Amino acid sequence: MTMLKVAVIDRARQTEVARALRRVLPESSVLFNEEDTRPFECDGLTAYRQLPMVVVTPETEQQAANVLKICHAMQVPVVPRGAGTGLSGGALPHGEGVLLSMARFMKVLAVDPLARTAKVQPGVRNTVVSQVAGPFGLYYAPDPSSQIACTIGGNVAENSGGVHCLKYGLTLHNVLRVRGLTAAGEIVEFGSDALDSPGYDLLALTIGSEGLLVVVTEVTLRLLPRPAVARVLMASFDDAERAGNAVAAVIAAGIIPAGLEMMDRAAILAVEEFAHAGYDTDAAAVLLCESDGTEEEVGEEIRKVTGVLEREGASRIVVSHDEAERLRIWSGRKAAFPAVGRISPDYYCMDGTIPRSRLGEVLRFIAGLQEKYGLRCPNVFHAGDGNLHPLILFDANDPDQLARTEAFAAEVLEKCVAVGGTITGEHGVGVEKIDQMCAQFGADELDVFHRLKRAFDPAGVLNPGKAVPTLARCAEYGGMHVHRGALPFPDLPRF
Amino acid sequence: MSDEFMRAWAERIRTASERGVSLCIRGGGSKDFYGNAPAGEVFDTANHAGIVAYEPTELVLTARCGTRLTEIEQALAAKGQMLAFEPPHFGANATIGGCVAAGLSGPRRASAGACRDHVLGVRLMDGRGRSLAFGGQVMKNVAGYDVSRVIAGSLGTLGVILEVSLKVVPLPERERTIVRPMTQAEAIDALSWLAGRSYPVSASAWVDEALYLRLSGAERVLAPAAGALGGDTLDDSEALAFWLGVREQQSPFFANANSLWRLSIRPTEEPIPLPGTWMLEWHGALRWLRTDASEDEVRESARRAGGHATLFRSADSSAAAFTRPGATELGIMKGVKEALDPHGIFNPGRLYPDF
Repeated sequence: MTMLKVAVIDRARQTEVARALRRVLPESSVLFNEEDTRPFECDGLTAYRQLPMVVVTPETEQQAANVLKICHAMQVPVVPRGAGTGLSGGALPHGEGVLLSMARFMKVLAVDPLARTAKVQPGVRNTVVSQVAGPFGLYYAPDPSSQIACTIGGNVAENSGGVHCLKYGLTLHNVLRVRGLTAAGEIVEFGSDALDSPGYDLLALTIGSEGLLVVVTEVTLRLLPRPAVARVLMASFDDAERAGNAVAAVIAAGIIPAGLEMMDRAAILAVEEFAHAGYDTDAAAVLLCESDGTEEEVGEEIRKVTGVLEREGASRIVVSHDEAERLRIWSGRKAAFPAVGRISPDYYCMDGTIPRSRLGEVLRFIAGLQEKYGLRCPNVFHAGDGNLHPLILFDANDPDQLARTEAFAAEVLEKCVAVGGTITGEHGVGVEKIDQMCAQFGADELDVFHRLKRAFDPAGVLNPGKAVPTLARCAEYGGMHVHRGALPFPDLPRF
Repeated sequence: MSDEFMRAWAERIRTASERGVSLCIRGGGSKDFYGNAPAGEVFDTANHAGIVAYEPTELVLTARCGTRLTEIEQALAAKGQMLAFEPPHFGANATIGGCVAAGLSGPRRASAGACRDHVLGVRLMDGRGRSLAFGGQVMKNVAGYDVSRVIAGSLGTLGVILEVSLKVVPLPERERTIVRPMTQAEAIDALSWLAGRSYPVSASAWVDEALYLRLSGAERVLAPAAGALGGDTLDDSEALAFWLGVREQQSPFFANANSLWRLSIRPTEEPIPLPGTWMLEWHGALRWLRTDASEDEVRESARRAGGHATLFRSADSSAAAFTRPGATELGIMKGVKEALDPHGIFNPGRLYPDF
């Protein structure tokens, strides 16, 4: 995370663009006064702020298409935005651009209980889908922790995950069709009501493209039958590495639980004080393992998991008896971020994913960095799929702490790449991790990404400067790191 | 495989690009029949073989393109795991590179997801002879565009798959197949009803006026489910042969001489009034049709049913295999092709005559 320069708004250009947009939108849908645009200056990554030149809030696909056509013709950058809950700055405005808020696309267009699909507009919130599907015994599986606020359009842009993706997959696995607009304002449809489509899988390319390829206007989601029973098992370990090994042992036993989460002691203490979820505050690490399905399936799975965890040295195992207890146990995990927010003025959340077998090693590495940088770092993980969320605690008012936090985070992400993982499992690259993309990919892959972008958006007006770094930027970043004595990137060609 | 070997491939690709020579990428040749007719100089990938990494607790297997599918399935089975999408082989020589390039999935697709859903990463050699790595070996990875999943089903038109990493899953403890006679319309209703409930149905097929359901899971789970669903239980060997016949298209239905169409449509769609004989899979979302109906009729019926039709097998090798997407979508696809294969040397025409 490297601070960006804040652009000053060009008033003449602003007036020109706003006037053009007002020809296709109601006056109330074109905002450019500072008090109106200020609320859009950042997304969930609040360390980065930039006032947009103009904000538009269309309500129909036709309006959104007209906005794009005008911006395309005038060469104005367009940044799409859903609820603005993203954690990587993907919806950070462009100082010379239009922020395209899709928040008013709030309609659930259809629920087909027999085909098990929901057709929704992109501004529909994630939880709303399960609410409207509920009466049919169905639900929408991906459940990012921001699900009460985040929108389906944003989920598509980020390929959002959640605590249940080990068994039920990411957004990618639960979207059948996306309808959207290209940067030039043309309507496109990728996917369909069928399970596959002819030609290249542009649906897969679009999901997780962070608003760089299309603006989503409609999504068909796959719904699943709500499992009859769900139970969560909580296991304590007196050694975090042993807990990590236990995760691998569960998988090795042929079990794919609905959720498999881990928290270390620092996270447990913060959560327990905040949420009173009944966590074992003496434990070095706690595993939460959820089983869902029929009564028989859940009974069988809990029995097997208990056996494995006992063999792996769990010091205490608790299984939820009823729904209230299950929700109480999960409330702690789901409150992990706000709980950590209470014990520190600021925290910085990372999102690397690693092979499960390297969990112990990476935990030790992070512990070492805490000492090196003099900063605390509680850990919560989607352990089942190796997705780490270390939370570095710092005070943003102290520039030195901020600098140390950035260096700490960069080292963790580069370690994730070094052990065969990735810099981001579910939060996206955005502006936040754009430099680490230079560690994740070589110049040739980045070149392909830029070419793919041009296949959708030859003019380069959709969300420019996010997700994929220019080769020049990588060369500069590499140089900067050598200067700081940190990891150089020997594979990276210099330009 | 040595760096020298890779350099030789890169050199051959660069030369072909310079001279405009088409290359027909070929692993075991088991799917030569699929898609439009192969054209160009054969680029044999079968020798670039071997499992590179397999760690059962990571649920990931990485193999070189020429690795036989049977070898991979045996390695997985030895550790109690499998490829969840149950890919068809269509021949003993089938390779993992061809499997991913074709992107086809078998009976378990309805419950477990498709080939593309299980691709975690690929190493690809593009039309510039560059070895590129996309995705990786971990389940969750949102860094960069999801190129590896676009490679699935791209029929070798975007580059030579060098290596592929696939998510694998545990083998079910037990499987049991039940069969009940019913009409196609009854089967579609039954499958829609079933799919909205938590029965452990891993595969379904309707053929010859009977619905076959394969249940997968622990015995304690299967017994009550099978009891509730009713019908006759097939012998284990009979059941294995049945699903293999469906997957490999060796069952009697496929012996018919007419063109074989694959209709991928909205699962709840009522029986489609086209002449010919039908077989249903994927809870109604995949429908095989043996017919002499015209291409236009079949494609239009599939479109009205919310999906598309593929001429899967035909005596006429000049007939177009795939339904064309809309003009804007096709334009983007051309751009994707140009991004990876600027000189159009890989499997030209295999997907669409345009590129």
